[in-house]
Amino acid sequence: MDRTAPFVRTAMIPQAPPPRGETGLVHWVRANLFATPLDAVLTVLSVVVVWQIAAGIGPWFLNAVWNASSLAQCREILAGEPGACLAVIRDRWHQLLFGFYPSEFYWRPTLALILMLVALAPILFAGAPRRLLWFSAVYPALAYWLLWGGTIWFPALALAGFAVGYGAFRAVHAAVPLIAVPAAALATVLWWVFLTGPLSEALHAILPVGLTFVRSDSFGGFMLSTIIGVTGIALSLPIGILLALGRKSDMLLIKTISVGFIEFIRGVPLITLLFTASLLLNYFLPPGTNFDIVLRVVIMVTLFAAAYMAEVIRGGLAALPRGQYEAADSLGLDYWRSMRLIILPQALKISIPGIVNNFIGLFKDTTLVVFIGLLDPLGLTTAIRADSAWNGIFWELYIFVGACFFIFCFGMSRYSMHLEARLKTDHR
Amino acid sequence: MGRADAAASGGFSLGMLIYDTRYRSLTIQIVFLMLFMAAAAWLVENTIENLEALGKDFSFRFLSAPAGYDINQRLIDYNNQMSHARAMLVGLLNTLVLAAAACVTATIVGVIAGVLRLSRNWVVARLMTVYVEAFRNIPLLLWILLIFAVMTESMPPPAAFRGEAATSSMLLFDSVAITNRGVYVPEPLFDRSLGTVDLGIFLVSLDLVALIIAVVAAVAINRAILRRAEAVQNLTGIRPTTWWQSILVLGGIPVAVLVALGFHLGFPELKGLNFSGGTHLRNSLIAMWLALTIYTGAFIAENVRAGILAISRGQTEAAFSLGLRPGRTMNLVILPQALRVIIPPLISQYLNITKNTSLALAVGYMDLRSTLGGITINQTGRELEGMLLMMLVYLVLSLSISTVMNIYNARVKIKER
Repeated sequence: MDRTAPFVRTAMIPQAPPPRGETGLVHWVRANLFATPLDAVLTVLSVVVVWQIAAGIGPWFLNAVWNASSLAQCREILAGEPGACLAVIRDRWHQLLFGFYPSEFYWRPTLALILMLVALAPILFAGAPRRLLWFSAVYPALAYWLLWGGTIWFPALALAGFAVGYGAFRAVHAAVPLIAVPAAALATVLWWVFLTGPLSEALHAILPVGLTFVRSDSFGGFMLSTIIGVTGIALSLPIGILLALGRKSDMLLIKTISVGFIEFIRGVPLITLLFTASLLLNYFLPPGTNFDIVLRVVIMVTLFAAAYMAEVIRGGLAALPRGQYEAADSLGLDYWRSMRLIILPQALKISIPGIVNNFIGLFKDTTLVVFIGLLDPLGLTTAIRADSAWNGIFWELYIFVGACFFIFCFGMSRYSMHLEARLKTDHR
Repeated sequence: MGRADAAASGGFSLGMLIYDTRYRSLTIQIVFLMLFMAAAAWLVENTIENLEALGKDFSFRFLSAPAGYDINQRLIDYNNQMSHARAMLVGLLNTLVLAAAACVTATIVGVIAGVLRLSRNWVVARLMTVYVEAFRNIPLLLWILLIFAVMTESMPPPAAFRGEAATSSMLLFDSVAITNRGVYVPEPLFDRSLGTVDLGIFLVSLDLVALIIAVVAAVAINRAILRRAEAVQNLTGIRPTTWWQSILVLGGIPVAVLVALGFHLGFPELKGLNFSGGTHLRNSLIAMWLALTIYTGAFIAENVRAGILAISRGQTEAAFSLGLRPGRTMNLVILPQALRVIIPPLISQYLNITKNTSLALAVGYMDLRSTLGGITINQTGRELEGMLLMMLVYLVLSLSISTVMNIYNARVKIKER
């Protein structure tokens, strides 16, 4: 038998570079763009599509005319070249934002918007000072006063209704704790229905503080969308939670009514509800009642969003393991405490993506108010075209409105991701 | 034990209605019921009072009165002397056609976009992300108006197709014409037509019935063939080749029926100022259909993506380790499981499409909302009845779609104890 020559490597082989085509740009292109023949075809197709779109839209944007007073002038400047007439945005941006709100009062919605951001800060971001929450509580009345104007006493007294309710709650709670909540609600409603109106008139007569009243048919544009959207979003969450709890309730009657309400609202298009608000609400209310169309729309939109919200939250409630409910019971918590402290925080956390999707949907749906004659941004594009100077202008307006909606909705969906990450408690 | 006995022996006291958990829920429900009834009674009383003040009554007799308006797209026979009920039916059928077409195309677009968004191909995945985000974050109404504007403003008029120096030409071997008045596509014609049968409400084409029967029969026969092949496979372990039989049955039977009926296509032709022949798809229909398809397609794409991502990678690896090829892995292992995740949100997307067809008002498509909820209400002044009827129809529509889809969902759902 031959002895094989022993081989012992005494020196390290120097590190070799990776084979050609396994690193760098070439590899990346190969792996991500041309991995299979199908991939190659798709890549080429996509590039062609993107190129076509860019070639079509690029010059159109680059040639955009910003200074013109009518579409005819725009076309004159462009002299047959393709180009956008963005002068319409420059000329009419205030209308797209504020509708026909009196221009000398533009500072009011602007201030309301800035204050809204301040009021939202402590709710949306954990880092904001907690004391701002008091401002958030006052904000709805303040915003109402800023936008509609009129005497300051009315919103102030309406806000005072909550204080009245709290007082009633404290007083009754000392005597009969169980009926404290209904009693407080009753006191608040009575205050609003019977005392707020006369008292605010009386106080206004003594101390007239107020802003010029602006009728809501001059509201429009993104201001209107934001008012309807934000109010609907803020109100639909608590109502949706109550409806979801009602649907999961053991009490047959409450469950039936909740299910009936949710399924009815989810079964009909929003448009029919809006038409109900504009045409039929006068039938259902006492003769002679006639209240603001924007408020009517807000009520309908809120009910609509609340039904969808209830379904999302019900999903969250159902996803919680049964043990959580039993654990809350075994701690001796009553129904509302167990919901508030144990169940809802977890259920709401699970439902965040759905809730935010609903918010986005609601904000987009505010465009439907155009069908009942309110001037949302899309309705205003028609109103702007009705002017002979801008007759026939489509794309620029649609693109501007679309871009605004996109920024708002995309921002909301990014925020939901941030919130999910912040509230994540598992260790995966 | 002592306390329970005391409570039992102490008899019933009024306070127990609130403090005793046995009675509390009953108390709450009764109070709630009373409040609910009071609210309902208040609304009904107000309505009665308001109707009286306006001198109106509550009746649905207006439905049998002549409608007096024309509807530009009708699937069944209609003229303006027919009743409001008939006009409503025409509108309802338009709603259903639009919803059905949009459901089918949105599913196709959504599945393709959802799968492509998960593709390894960098460009394609990014492109699909842009598509999904753009359409999910911009209102549907804007897309409808935009597509409608593209159709009416940017497409050539029929006159542009005329003459030697035509600036526009028809697509697909001169069979499809896209004009600013709508899209003209070939229509199916039958030389040896079986005629129609009158169902009382509308006419049904027997050709269509024959064709549907042929397709159903073909599918049934194909199933029988596959079942026999499976039986043979179970018995002997060898699966007989069936693909040529399937092709023969699925393709042959319908084609035979078509030939027997003398099927041919009627192409649209330019006559005078407009196209004649062929089927005219109005801009309003095209705009609604396209907008609903790509808008809802973006949502469905997200559902599909979430469904596929929900299936753990281990399932794919397990299937590979069993020796299944990628195609069969997808068909036999991944898709059946992903489908369970995808179907419930898909149901609500179909419901959304159906409800969103009511936006047709924006482009003048004559759906249920525009006929019954629009012109009929305006002409008769019956807002209350018209609105209630329309809500009822939409409600029945939504509930039936969700029932059908829920039955399907129950069938594909994972079978648990």
